[in-house]
Amino acid sequence: MIHVVKRKDMPLVQALAIRFGIIVFALVVCGVITALATGLNPIAVYGTMIQGSFGSPRKVWILLQQVALLLCVSLALTPAFRMKFWNLGGEGQVLAGGFAAAACMICLGDKLPNAALLAVMFVASIAAGALWAAIPAFFKAKFNTNETLFTLMMNYVAIQIVAYFVIVWENPKGSGTIGIINQKSEAGWLPVVGGNKYMLIVILVALLTIAMYVYLNYSKHGYELAVVGESPSTARYVGIKVDRVIVRTLILSGAICGFAGMLLVAGSAHTLTTSIAAGRGFTAVMVAWLAKFNPAVMVGSSFLLEFMGSGAGEIATTYGLNQSFGDILAGIILFFIIGTEFFITYRIVFSKKQKASEKEQGNV
Amino acid sequence: MFEFLVSFIPRAVVQGIPLLFGCTGEIVTEKSGNLNLGIPGVMYVGGICGVIGSFFYENSLSDPSLMNPALGILIPLVCCILGSLLMGLIYCFLTVTLRANQNVTGLAMTTFGVGLGNFFGGSLIKLVGSEIPSISLTATSNLFRATLPFAESLGWFGQIFLSYGFLAYVAIIIAVGASLLLNRTRVGLQLRAVGENPATADAAGINITRYKYVATCAGCIIAGLGGLYFVMDYANGIWANDAFGDRGWLAIALVIFTVWRPGVSIPASILFGGLYILHLFIPTGTDLAVKELYKMLPYVVTIVVLVITSTRNKRENQPPESLGLPYFRENR
Amino acid sequence: MSEKQPAVSLRNISKSFGPIQANNNVSLDIYRGEILALLGENGSGKTTLMNMLSGIYYPDSGQISIDGKPVSIGSPRDAFEYGIGMIHQHFKLVNVFTATQNIVLGLKEKGRFDLAAAAEKVKQICDDYGFDVDPNQKVYDMSVSQKQTVEIVKQLYRGAEILILDEPTAVLTPQETDKLFAVLRNMRDDGKTVVIITHKLNEVKDISDRVVVLRKGEYVGELVTSEATTQEMTNMMVGRQILLNIDRPDPEMKYRMERIRVKNLTVKNREGVTKLDDVSFVAYTGEILGIAGISGSGQKELLEAIAGLQPVDSGSIEYNVDNEQVEQLIGMDPLKIADMGVVLSFVPEDRLGMGLVGSMDLTDNMMLRSFRRGTSPLADRKEPKHLAELVVEELEVSTPSVSTPVSKLSGGNVQKVLVGREIAAAPTVLLSAYAVRGLDVNSSYVIYDLLNRQKGNGVAVIYVGEDLDVLLELCDRILVLCGGKVSGIVDGRTTTKNEVGLMMTKLGGGEDQ
Repeated sequence: MIHVVKRKDMPLVQALAIRFGIIVFALVVCGVITALATGLNPIAVYGTMIQGSFGSPRKVWILLQQVALLLCVSLALTPAFRMKFWNLGGEGQVLAGGFAAAACMICLGDKLPNAALLAVMFVASIAAGALWAAIPAFFKAKFNTNETLFTLMMNYVAIQIVAYFVIVWENPKGSGTIGIINQKSEAGWLPVVGGNKYMLIVILVALLTIAMYVYLNYSKHGYELAVVGESPSTARYVGIKVDRVIVRTLILSGAICGFAGMLLVAGSAHTLTTSIAAGRGFTAVMVAWLAKFNPAVMVGSSFLLEFMGSGAGEIATTYGLNQSFGDILAGIILFFIIGTEFFITYRIVFSKKQKASEKEQGNV
Repeated sequence: MFEFLVSFIPRAVVQGIPLLFGCTGEIVTEKSGNLNLGIPGVMYVGGICGVIGSFFYENSLSDPSLMNPALGILIPLVCCILGSLLMGLIYCFLTVTLRANQNVTGLAMTTFGVGLGNFFGGSLIKLVGSEIPSISLTATSNLFRATLPFAESLGWFGQIFLSYGFLAYVAIIIAVGASLLLNRTRVGLQLRAVGENPATADAAGINITRYKYVATCAGCIIAGLGGLYFVMDYANGIWANDAFGDRGWLAIALVIFTVWRPGVSIPASILFGGLYILHLFIPTGTDLAVKELYKMLPYVVTIVVLVITSTRNKRENQPPESLGLPYFRENR
Repeated sequence: MSEKQPAVSLRNISKSFGPIQANNNVSLDIYRGEILALLGENGSGKTTLMNMLSGIYYPDSGQISIDGKPVSIGSPRDAFEYGIGMIHQHFKLVNVFTATQNIVLGLKEKGRFDLAAAAEKVKQICDDYGFDVDPNQKVYDMSVSQKQTVEIVKQLYRGAEILILDEPTAVLTPQETDKLFAVLRNMRDDGKTVVIITHKLNEVKDISDRVVVLRKGEYVGELVTSEATTQEMTNMMVGRQILLNIDRPDPEMKYRMERIRVKNLTVKNREGVTKLDDVSFVAYTGEILGIAGISGSGQKELLEAIAGLQPVDSGSIEYNVDNEQVEQLIGMDPLKIADMGVVLSFVPEDRLGMGLVGSMDLTDNMMLRSFRRGTSPLADRKEPKHLAELVVEELEVSTPSVSTPVSKLSGGNVQKVLVGREIAAAPTVLLSAYAVRGLDVNSSYVIYDLLNRQKGNGVAVIYVGEDLDVLLELCDRILVLCGGKVSGIVDGRTTTKNEVGLMMTKLGGGEDQ
């Protein structure tokens, strides 16, 4: 008979070793699966994956930018998660921010000087993201409306709004897309810093990571939202306005998502599509959760997931496989990591004596 | 007007059936306290497994006309059920046995399932080497789409009620069955107890783990059938990557809209199906862009229902009380 | 008795939860046709032991036998197979189900699932025993005692042979208790076995045939009730003879003034049930005002109303700053009350649910009241850390360090942390609810002492208690609540247990003095 018992605290080193071990193991399993699916040598496959991520300076920069963008969305969701508010609306909030940025670029591109335009875009995109998160937060605070489901639905409302404007702003007409916005004037494009067009995003997100770390662990707000998450009645008991903290935190969460949307539109894609968030709103949930909502660890977890993505992409192009292969590998690795948490929290006890008495029971 | 309804209703129904499968499956799952956000992935897997099964069966025959109708239906059906069941088992193993976070597991399953669908879809397309990026399984589809021979002779009645493939009726039977099961049987009572208050159900001697496994796996199988219906019936046996779209999430929206009642989900899914295609029926000449706004309707309606039920504190209309929470008997 | 075959025998049962040893090597026998009282202080491991019998927990080691046969009870269903039914302190009922649905839940009856027939059978049982339950009423519409009745009917419906009740009287009026005990005696006379978990000696005397005493998770001994004295049982339960010699210094009359004036206070809960009905009283500086009453008589609502946590329907709560300035506390939240300069400390009943955050460490819990201080957006952790160290030292909190999450501490230490923080704020009003619940004797005295020191400092202390002996020895005046109404305010020095007990159970026992 098997019994599950909660562990006394596991030493941090051991817990980290287990997590690291399982990631390695998962990578091996993925390699075997890839080998089975493609008939290739798994080591060659991993060589290809590393090649895909680090093969050239450009590839490294692209990977860094992707990590930064995913990390940005993950950082955005974290304060909400620490408050035990399941914000699954990252996708929609990013899209809302990206939409606002694109709208400014299109409508004000030739009316404002670039610096002013960027400032307006910044304000508009964080306002749009914040609004998108504040709506479910308001109802959660007021009526305890289920936020998981509400934020999920908000994603699709945002997608359809963007789909509407993609057609309105279609360029050229009939193409079904907006095309590169302000291709000639580059109005509203994020400036190139340090001679590298990916550098600015990486720097901005690095700063944001530090800021979020400080906010969550050292600020009064960070403390308040942790109290609200752990025990709403204790929060009320010390006079914390739970409603207000929920809405405030979600405004922050949505605002950073909106900022990520602006980085995507103004810094990377220079266009707007319904799929510009590319599932980051969902992947970020996993990134944040894997890191136990710790911004520093999130750097690692977002790196891992992006590495899998770009590596699998490289496999796909090199061996003529489908791009979706990366999703399968990411899924498998996530399953492994998700499953491992159990063995860190709990301990399994096998009791033999039990079996004996059960047999006896069977005989009676 | 009548003309319009006769042409509109059947189209709303065929749109609604995949949602009905997904919604019924998710209701059964959620009633056990598991919030399975992997349903969109499961529906993809259900669809692609059916496609793989029938693809190899069709290709093993020299001529599609040699196809055995029973096998032609059974093979994709069994493949679909097995594939969805496997997804259900993964979800249950992680969330029930290993007590992992349901939201994260569900999202990972969706990533995995959609990836799996598109990967094998893409691989099969490559295998065929066709010009257009899709696989066509016409012979199998014809079996799934077969209607009663006299349906067409019944005019509007036949149009509205009898013009669908057998899976559509299966969907309705499953939904009615699930409704009866949940409300009229001992098993249903116990399942609801597991979702409402697992500690209580446990104390009453109900095997929580078994109920959660069975309900979630059954839910996944039902949802997977929705994927199969979509490919074989709605899409005429044509698999194209990402064609299923976000219907999985719409099915989850539908669960909220129906306030966790499979009986209500039958008309509700047809309504959602109607809302989903309403834009096709807007008088021509309107701005194309406005049609995109119409597609927003199902989600907006769901949000409104979600808000209304939460403001009206009626106990029976709330989500199952322990929805999304893992259960550990010795938690302390 | 030993020659008889025990219905249940436990041998060397041990169980631990993480670092906490809940049961250590416990052995005891339960016989058919007896009412056994399992006596012990809170936290002595009574409930854990019985939970292993009912399949909720699984012992780490030891053997359970039923009718002499070793068995393994791995789940409540196993327990049920052996005819063991337990009525938990926290009812195990599904809120959205009816009484009947709850009663048949988990049953494997043969034949068609027929709720109407089941409801009929439930009605029959209710009529037989005189229970007042509507089989088709939803649980969320029921009162606490109705819910308990459903639990008991559930066991009777299933024909349990061994019935375990975990502190069943805590939520009952005396009349309901009498009724319950009558049923239990009938069951015993039917040849069934009843185990009643309690820490109330009068109940042990009243109902049981035999009593087994546990202390700190260990078996201490057993007595035949008819031959046992209260003193004997108390000694076994607490380990050494204790006279409740609680200090009660006389209030300093010179500076005595009215501090809190509650007038005609009426509070309804969310469901519209009246929890406080026209309550009026005054709390003075430098005294301990006790609040007595069976649990759920409105104590919680009263304290929370004063603390600004409970919406009030009518009436007023005045805070007397000095005899000229009076502040109204109604409509204020805790923050506004603090902003007015009123230092009001509150030790709530549910420590980890309300007063503290279990997953946070001592330092972060010390910050709860003070973290807003200063204009910096960053929170200062230096002072709270200092305060945490001070509390640990002064109140002898046993903890590995101040960075240990409070949920890892034992009940007594958790309470010391909470009381320590609340007193550190130098309050003028101190509200406390069940401040010694779950605490060992020594910790309890530490708390009494702290309260008395506050009283000496001129604080108006309001002490909600459940143990009448303590209330009678600690408090200067005792306000008795019954069903949300004040049934009287008596002088703690002159009143008797009997008088207060009577007032707790029916109205009109006395008028304001």
